[in-house]
Parts: sequence; structure tokens; C-alpha cells
Amino acid sequence: MKYIDEFRDGELATGLAAAIRQAADPARRYHFMEFCGGHTHAISRYGVSDLLPDNVRMIHGPGCPVCVLPIGRVDMAIRLALEAGVTLCTYGDTLRVPASDGLSLFKAKARGGDVRMVYSSADAVALAQKHPEKQVVFFAIGFETTTPPTAVAIRQAQALGLKNFSVLCCHVLTPSAISNILESPEVRQFGTVPLDGFIGPAHVSTIIGSRPYEFFAEEYRKPVVIAGFEPLDVMQAVLMLVKQVNAGRAVVENEFSRAVTRDGNLKAQNLVAEVFELRRQFEWRGLGLVPYSGLRIRKEFAAFDAERRFAVDYRSVPDNKACECGAILRGVKKPQDCKIFGTVCTPENPVGSCMVSSEGACAAHYTYGRYKDSTGVPA
Amino acid sequence: MSEAHQEAGQKGGVRKGYVRPLDLKNGRVDMTHGSGGRAMAQLIEELFACHLGNDYLAQGNDGAVMPAAAFGAGARLVMATDAHVVSPLFFPGGDIGCLSVHGTINDLAVMGATPLYLAASFILEEGFPLADLARLVESMARAARDAGVPVVTGDTKVVEQGKGDGVFITTTGVGVVRDGEDFSGDRARPGDRIIVSGSIGDHGMAIMAQRESLGFSAPIESDTAALHGLVAAMRASGAQIRVLRDPTRGGVATTLNEIARQSGVGMMLQERALPVKQEVAAACEFLGLDPLYVANEGKLLAVVAPEDAEILLAAMRAHPLGQCAALIGSVHEDAQHFVQMTTGFGGRRIVDWLTGEQLPRIC
Repeated sequence: MKYIDEFRDGELATGLAAAIRQAADPARRYHFMEFCGGHTHAISRYGVSDLLPDNVRMIHGPGCPVCVLPIGRVDMAIRLALEAGVTLCTYGDTLRVPASDGLSLFKAKARGGDVRMVYSSADAVALAQKHPEKQVVFFAIGFETTTPPTAVAIRQAQALGLKNFSVLCCHVLTPSAISNILESPEVRQFGTVPLDGFIGPAHVSTIIGSRPYEFFAEEYRKPVVIAGFEPLDVMQAVLMLVKQVNAGRAVVENEFSRAVTRDGNLKAQNLVAEVFELRRQFEWRGLGLVPYSGLRIRKEFAAFDAERRFAVDYRSVPDNKACECGAILRGVKKPQDCKIFGTVCTPENPVGSCMVSSEGACAAHYTYGRYKDSTGVPA
Repeated sequence: MSEAHQEAGQKGGVRKGYVRPLDLKNGRVDMTHGSGGRAMAQLIEELFACHLGNDYLAQGNDGAVMPAAAFGAGARLVMATDAHVVSPLFFPGGDIGCLSVHGTINDLAVMGATPLYLAASFILEEGFPLADLARLVESMARAARDAGVPVVTGDTKVVEQGKGDGVFITTTGVGVVRDGEDFSGDRARPGDRIIVSGSIGDHGMAIMAQRESLGFSAPIESDTAALHGLVAAMRASGAQIRVLRDPTRGGVATTLNEIARQSGVGMMLQERALPVKQEVAAACEFLGLDPLYVANEGKLLAVVAPEDAEILLAAMRAHPLGQCAALIGSVHEDAQHFVQMTTGFGGRRIVDWLTGEQLPRIC
């Protein structure tokens, strides 16, 4: 495939691996967090960590949209489907996120809820258009990448005069999450999570640009390299981070220059600003209440806000006690440190949300990398 | 069925000329077509028996009586059954009719059996167009004829509108395995080689591309085909075949995990050796799917003794359905029974069981 295979080339990878080995100082260790689930997935699926020297370690960050979705938000969607009788549309992975009472949207569907998987917010609008007798709710989740399409859907529904379309808005913001991690006592005070730099988001940055990360580089003295989601992008970003660390620099560099500019997509940003406003705080799985980290629908578009239309309120629900998702999302623990990893909690029966999406740290490790935990496997 | 087929056969069904023939152009299935009465007899006679007709079906009894032919000492019967619920019913490269014939024949073939007879059971939804039903039955008849495996008995039921999805077809097949020729999933041994008979993921992506909201312009065709001819050629090569499987739902990844667990071994695949068509790879990329987990309906996986791998590969490539056969990996000892893969990128990863469902209702 043109424009794809070039970024997965094994020979180039070998060359980059050699360059990283050469650049990495054997006397020190490097800890880099890839914020995005897309990077986590690429690293696991292509076996990128096998190509990195032992003293370069990747820490999986919280950038997996379904992983940070708190139980209480999924509960709201389930209540809408089962109690309010709406047709609930959502992206595929969201269906399997465990909620209260052993339910998930998938199980709610089996109990008679009208739950549909869609590929885009536009599909939900089309469904509402086709079935005026049904109340269609789009369960909108994700970071800045999925937010503009939700804004478009709301504007489109308004233009079409749809009375049966609304959005359960659970969109969250990347920079707030990064601040939260950098401000966490584990990183700031105790140093239990050594963090030498970030691989910055790919798709999110196409929207918000590289500018928002400049603050982190400056304020927290952490280098950031924005990278694409292909495995060679990740390798290149690691090399750039190693070089910054070696030189004692902490700036934002853009490896993904084929898609990301400093300012990002202004049209999308304006559209988002028109339809959404900041919530004072939003609960994240793993990070807890993070100030100004989530979006809600502006009053001007209240007619399309499912929270207002159906008066569903948010109730915070604590995670399963044994689940370490929170610590894993903050980089404090690794999936294999969790007692229920791979035993009680598996991709078939996820207890925590990190086991749900292939972008989640636990599911990625379970699905692609758990051979490393066992012995007796030939090299 | 079989009361109805019996009626149709023995009494000659409804006498011609007295009843208006089935309206195969604009007619629709209604509840009477499953009631056991005249309408049902007419449907069977004018549609099913007309296309699928053979001496066994014409016996018109509750079941078909077949000769218990002698296949030599130690020969055993093999039975397999497969329900088909694919949506959409018609897709590029095939439809539920031929798929239902191929699916069961392939289940028999990969057991090492020579398929002999099929039984077919239809669940029709009230309101389903008779013209579409006729197309499906014709396609089924063509597939059975091409494969040389007759449909010898059948059954028809009709459910109310909204209780089905057009047509569901269940087929059951009987075949015979000669002494010493059977294959089983528990026979893979360390050192064995793994061969796939051609490009992977074609069927699943053909179905996916057909789904309403996803109009790919590249024509991806289902690979649905009967594999018993290819299996016969493979057996004739004399290669020591340990395991044969058709990687349908769950794809190559899931099938290899089944074999690894049954045989108590591990496997190592080479990503670069996997045959994936350009258009399938592109569609998978677009949808975030992995061709290793996408269904096939005309492919098989073979585990073969290492010294015979080349012989088998040559025999497969000489057959029209095995032209793109490829050696994709090998078997090794592993107490954890992991299927792993050396990625094209140069790293290593697990190729795990399919989690959840990748695509709904594909076969």
C-alpha cells in the first residue's frame, strides 16, 4: 500500500534501531511516555520495543479514549438505552467498556436496548433522519480528534431541523491530561515515575497543532516529539527524544510534519469552540477529577444535548478495588503488576477499561506482548 | 421437510394446470409456504426440487436412502453441519446459497473426507421475495452440481416477518474417510511447517465492503469455494499432512490458535510471507482490521511434516484453488501454546485469539 508500507519498512527500522542504540548513553536510562493509544498499539503490534535498546523504556500513557471513560458515563448511556428507550449510537470499542452491575452497552443490547455501532457521527445523524419516530442519541467520546465530527453532526442536525437527535458529550482534552500527569505527586515530588519525555499525539495534534505542548516543554522541562502512528514514526521520535535528553534540551519537535502544523486546524478549532464549552471539571478513569478537561454542549445547542433532553445525571462510580487501571494510566504501574491481569481480567471479560480497547495498555500487552512474561519461549 | 417433499414427490404435488404457478417475479414468501399444505408443496416442487432435483430427492420420503457403498475396510463416515446467516444475502463473489454448500463441503474436506451428500434446511422470513429465493436456490444447485455433491433431502420453515432476516440456511453433509487418511487438530508437531492455500481475508472484507455505509470502489470478491478437490490433490501428493482446517470465522489467527492448543505446541508466523491482496489490505487498514482475523470461505490451512512442505506446496500451487499457496510459518515447542509472529517491521508479537466479534454475521 502506497503511503503506508513506506512507514513500516523493516530495513529502515533496522537502521533506525542502530542509530538509537548508538545515540543512547549506556550509562543512563531513558523513560518516554507515549501519550496516545494509537502509539501504544503501533508499538505492540509491530514489536517496536524489541528493536529498542534495554535502557530505553516506553511507558504507556492515558491517551486511549475508551480507557479514560469513567464507569458513570457508560452508565448514563446504558440508562438512556434501557430506561429512556433511545437508539444509542456509539463507536465500536465503547460497546465493551464494563459499567455498573456487570453491564456494558453490549450487554444492554442483549437486554433489549437499541444500541448501534457507527463508524462516524454522520451515521447517527443519518439514522435520526431515516427514523423520525426514534430518539437517536450519539454517545460522543474521545479526544480532540473526534470532537470536530461531533460538532459537525450537531450543526448538521440543527440545519436539518432534527427533533430526534442529541449527543451525550463526553469529549476530553489532551493538554489537561498531560498537565495532570506532570503535576501528579508520583512524577513531581516522589519521582517514582521517571519521565524523560513525551511522544506527542499524532491525530490530536493535527487538530490542536504543536503549540499547546510548548508549555509542557518549557514549564516542566520535558522534551516532546509529536509523532505519527506508524512504527517508523515512533522509532524516529524515540531517536529525537534521546538526542534532546542527551543535549539537555526540552523543546517541542515535530516528527509528524506531514500532517501537523504549529497552529493546527483552525477551522476545526473554531467549529469546536462554536458548539462546545469547557466543563469546570470532568472525571477521568485513572486520573480522577481533572479541572477544565472535558467539554459540554453550549446553551445555544441545548436542544441537541442528551444530558438536558433526558435529564440523565452523572453519578460517579468507583472502579473495581482490584483493578489497577488508574495507576497504569498514570504510568505508575505496568499491566503485569496488576493482580487480576490475564487471570480475572482478560479482553473477553475486561474488568478495567485498559483491557477493553486494543489501544489500552493492558489489552495491547495481553494481545501482543504477554509472551515476554512467560519463560521457555524460543527467541 | 420431509413430509412435504414426500407429498410433492409421491403424489406428484399439485397437479399442473390446476394451480397458478409460483409468481417467481413479484411473489413473496408467506406463512402458508411453511404450513405443510399445498402452498408449501408447490414451493418445494417448483423451486427446490426443480433446481436441486436428483434421484434421492425424488424418492420423496421423510429422509433420503443412500447406498452404503463399500469404501474399504476401516472407512468411516464423517458428518458436519453448518448454519448460514450471512448479511447481506448476496455479496460480490457469491451469496448465501453457494456459501451454504461450500461451507459444509469444506468442513468435511478438511477432515480428510470425500463429501458425498448434503441435506439443506431453510428458514424463510415471511415477505421474502420469491425471485430472490429462486436466485439463491439456483446458486445452491449450481454449487452442488459443480462440487458433485447432491442435496438429497431438505426442510422448509417460514417465520413471521421481523422474526428472521430473509433466509437462513443450514446444511448438513455426510462424507467418508478412508483408512489412515484422517486429519486432526492435535497432530501438529514441533518442526512442522504451516501453509495457507491463498490470499487471506477476502470473504470477510467482501461482506464488509458491501455493508450499507461503506462503499469501497475497489471490487473485493468473496473467495467462497468448495475445497475438496484441492484437498484430494494435496492427499494425492503423498505429503505427510498432519492438520487441515478452513479458517472461516475468526480468520487464520483464531484457527491457528485452535490447532496450537489442541496439539499443545507453539507457532511462529512470518508476517512478510502472509498472502494478502492489495485491496483487502487497504480495506482492512481503512477500517482498522487485521486480515489475520478476517474470515475466509475458500481457503485452508495445512500443517505438514517439514520434509514434505515443498512437495505439498507444489501440489497445491498446481491446483486452481491453491495457486497462491504460501509457507507462512512453523511449529515449535511452547508450553504456553502461543502463536507468535515476526512482524514485517522486525519485531515480534503474539497473534492472539479473536476477542469479541470483528464483523457481525459474515457466514
